[in-house]
Amino acid sequence: MARAVSARRSLLTGILAWTIGLVIFFPILWIVVLSFKSEGDAIAAPLAMLRAPWTFEAYAEVQERSDYFKHFWNSVVISVGSTLIGLLIAIPAAWAMAFVPGRRTKDLLMWMLSTKMMPAAGVLVPMYLIFRDFGLLDTLAGLVGVLTLINLPIIVWMLYTYFKEIPGEILEACRMDGADLKREILYILAPMAVPGIASTLLLNVILAWNEAFWTLRLTASDAAPLTAFIASYSSPEGLFYAKLSAASVMAIAPILILGWFSQKQLVRGLTFGAVK
Amino acid sequence: MGKITLRNVQKRFGEVAVIPEIDLDIDEGEFVVFVGPSGCGKSTLLRLIAGLEDVSGGVIQIDGVDATTLPPAKRGLAMVFQSYALYPHMSVRRNIAFPLKMAGLPPDEIARKVDAAAKVLNLSAYIDRRPGQLSGGQRQRVAIGRAIVREPKAFLFDEPLSNLDAALRVNMRLEISELHQTLKTTMVYVTHDQVEAMTMADKIVVLNAGRVEQVGSPLELYRTPRNVFVAGFIGSPKMNLIEGAAAAAEGAATIGIRPEHLDISSNAGTWAGTVGISEHLGSDTFLHVHSDHGTLNVRAGGEVGLRHGDRVWLTPQADKLHRFDAKGARII
Ligand SMILES: Nc1ncnc2c1ncn2[C@@H]1O[C@H](COP(=O)(O)OP(=O)(O)OP(=O)(O)O)[C@@H](O)[C@H]1O
Ligand SMILES: [Mg+2]
Repeated sequence: MARAVSARRSLLTGILAWTIGLVIFFPILWIVVLSFKSEGDAIAAPLAMLRAPWTFEAYAEVQERSDYFKHFWNSVVISVGSTLIGLLIAIPAAWAMAFVPGRRTKDLLMWMLSTKMMPAAGVLVPMYLIFRDFGLLDTLAGLVGVLTLINLPIIVWMLYTYFKEIPGEILEACRMDGADLKREILYILAPMAVPGIASTLLLNVILAWNEAFWTLRLTASDAAPLTAFIASYSSPEGLFYAKLSAASVMAIAPILILGWFSQKQLVRGLTFGAVK
Repeated sequence: MGKITLRNVQKRFGEVAVIPEIDLDIDEGEFVVFVGPSGCGKSTLLRLIAGLEDVSGGVIQIDGVDATTLPPAKRGLAMVFQSYALYPHMSVRRNIAFPLKMAGLPPDEIARKVDAAAKVLNLSAYIDRRPGQLSGGQRQRVAIGRAIVREPKAFLFDEPLSNLDAALRVNMRLEISELHQTLKTTMVYVTHDQVEAMTMADKIVVLNAGRVEQVGSPLELYRTPRNVFVAGFIGSPKMNLIEGAAAAAEGAATIGIRPEHLDISSNAGTWAGTVGISEHLGSDTFLHVHSDHGTLNVRAGGEVGLRHGDRVWLTPQADKLHRFDAKGARII
């Protein structure tokens, strides 16, 4: 009896999961299909579009019109750079919060998280002015800086939850064994937290890669990452459907591949260390 | 080396004075056991000695040198934790080698010492395994190995055997005692296990609510407990404590008599009672006798012919009777 019920339930959840998955995946699939059609076919009715011949036209044209590799490189520098700098700041911060908490540590963590709840548009003008006055507009340094700051609360939070899982007695043991703070972090804490640090790194690279608010507003061409590359094909005039789709596919492909190969780490990261 | 002296040592957590004030002398080469009820401050005291907690007042000296503000690493002590606290990402070899590596010893010397320690502790077969691939007893041995390679001034143990099953606990108890015989290094050992305290200690420190109730050899505490608390705490099963008329007859507020010092007879004696539950341990039988002075625990031989409900008489052995005044202090 119980087994029959649970079998039916797992079938139902299976169907539900696949449905939700397909619904979420559908736009991506559609973009991929569109990117392999000619501009003329791309705006045809869906059925006619699907039957139209496949072509690499759009990709060729995109590569001709804009420098994909420059944008790709900018994206890599911005996402990896901001994540690495973020980790460098966040590891000691999370260490302090997890192992020598003060009376206000919880409040501090909440405050850090609360900055993520503020709409970014609210600080657009001051940020823009700061960037302009410091000559940071359209520079990689400026973007790395801003994305580091944006993702820092998440990095600290994630590391904090991972560090919390490490038993305090192990750190005390290594202190008894003669390790100073630097060697405690280097030999004990960091190696034990490697899975956590890895998933934090991955998730933040992805978040920074996809970040489109600041990257679009603070860059023009030199420092423009792939988000700006996609945006340059979204125009109210002319035929750009296929090219826009091709650009999108080219922009998301690297991160999709990265995500595919690091699924296990990512799931850990997305659940914020809640499941061990 | 390995003399530890505590003078007026205090510890407060916020408003709570966990250790109001303690003086204690631990002599070179001694095996000292801290016992006391849960929450009385045993671990805290050990951690103060280790340097893992800062004192709120007082002085801790190690070998005559003021160590009060020294960090744990500089005190030259080694600690074995209840949870073993092994480094899960390192092999047994690297776990044991870690303190030597931190001390900056050359690799060949480290290897030699680690191999020697592994041999002493029967760990050679597991030397390349990770802690996760070891049994509880083996893990405990690794933790001890990590402590002995450094040749510390003293070992600190915080309930090291409480995660092991009964049989293994007996084995490890003997191994640690043996280790103490060989190394002759000072050991400070926290436990709430009566048997561990009685069998291993040169000196027992009985703690209650952060205060020292009595310090002495196991037999001293057993024979002449200084007050009612120690009388009731040391010895298993517990000493019978009797108040009221029977105590007044002896000129005391409370009298104490151990189960093994009550003679039982079915004909005549001082106190009358009826047999309640009896616990047969094979070698001994513990009878719970309901008397006018409460339920008294009596140790009888392995083969007693008494049953539940039988009428019996108990007679305390006069020279084994402990008398305490109204404040709980021993009357001499
Ligand atoms: N970090 C801390 N902050 C506040 N109070 C603490 C802290 N550590 C311990 N205490 C309190 O100090 C008292 C003594 O604790 P301790 O761990 O020394 O007891 P114990 O004798 O080792 O007990 P057990 O036998 O259960 O291990 C307890 O009441 C405990 O609640
Ligand atoms: Mg304790």
